[in-house]
Amino acid sequence: MRTGMSVHRDDVGARMGMWFFLYTEIMLFGGLFILYAAYYHRYADDFIAAGNQTELVLGALNTAMLLISSFAVAASVEAMGRKASKAAIILLSFAVILGAAFLFNKYLEWSRDFSNGFYPGSDLMVNGPKGQSIFFALYFVLTGLHALHVFIGMCLLCACIILTAKKRITGDRMVILENAGLFWHLVDVIWIFLFPLFYLLH
Amino acid sequence: MMLIMRVSHRGIEGPGRLDVTGSQKKYTHPYRALALVLAAVLCLTAVTVAVSYLDLGAFKITAALTIAAAKATLVLLFFMGIGKTGKAIPITFITTIVILAVFIGLLFFDIAYR
Repeated sequence: MRTGMSVHRDDVGARMGMWFFLYTEIMLFGGLFILYAAYYHRYADDFIAAGNQTELVLGALNTAMLLISSFAVAASVEAMGRKASKAAIILLSFAVILGAAFLFNKYLEWSRDFSNGFYPGSDLMVNGPKGQSIFFALYFVLTGLHALHVFIGMCLLCACIILTAKKRITGDRMVILENAGLFWHLVDVIWIFLFPLFYLLH
Repeated sequence: MMLIMRVSHRGIEGPGRLDVTGSQKKYTHPYRALALVLAAVLCLTAVTVAVSYLDLGAFKITAALTIAAAKATLVLLFFMGIGKTGKAIPITFITTIVILAVFIGLLFFDIAYR
């Protein structure tokens, strides 16, 4: 017996809308990657010299943590699909914790960079080779913008945790969780490209 | 293909309900598959770090970005489930990448010859 249409839902549209938003994010970061490409072409040696200053170990650790958190989010979507809300909440919480650890690492890295004199407008940047200051300008803008996206992603995942606990996200209506997961995976994919460009240039 | 309309819910069986008995649900993978993908991307991360210490000259950045593209492909296919809900998403995604590639290509048509 039909109880009538519930509130209008369009999961296909919601999903597609999220993907289209992700395309705009790809264009945003893509534009910055294009800047990097242009200046790497111009100042390759300076870039490689400056690339030696970034912390490979912290960068690799950050990469691993984001990849694991992506796995956790994908697993939480899988869990929710199987109606295991508790497991989904635990996995999402784990992903949020890894995101926080990522941001903490970023804080450590930037603190170290600042204390070594690598910041916009510093003596080292103004008087050093031009390519080096461009490298670090790109480094701070790109990793900073990315860190902002990590923070936004964490907020989205926390919202999903709350909505799941309140049973507003269930195994039958979970497109919000899927979309938040898509955003988090995109943040991970962007970092996958950032990592070699800034940490593996030596 | 996924069902779009849900005209009834709350315990009423019927053609509108998503069939969950036994079969794989839409674009989901078992946990083991997800864990394997994670292991693969972590391995590729180790590989890209190792390769960065080799003396490849001009090929260095190409190699790094190729490995990064492989990792991103794995994440897109298995964590994001890009192919699993129809063709519109893969097509539009590839279109976006092609547009970006055109931007980069046109840029280098310019700056490579200055």
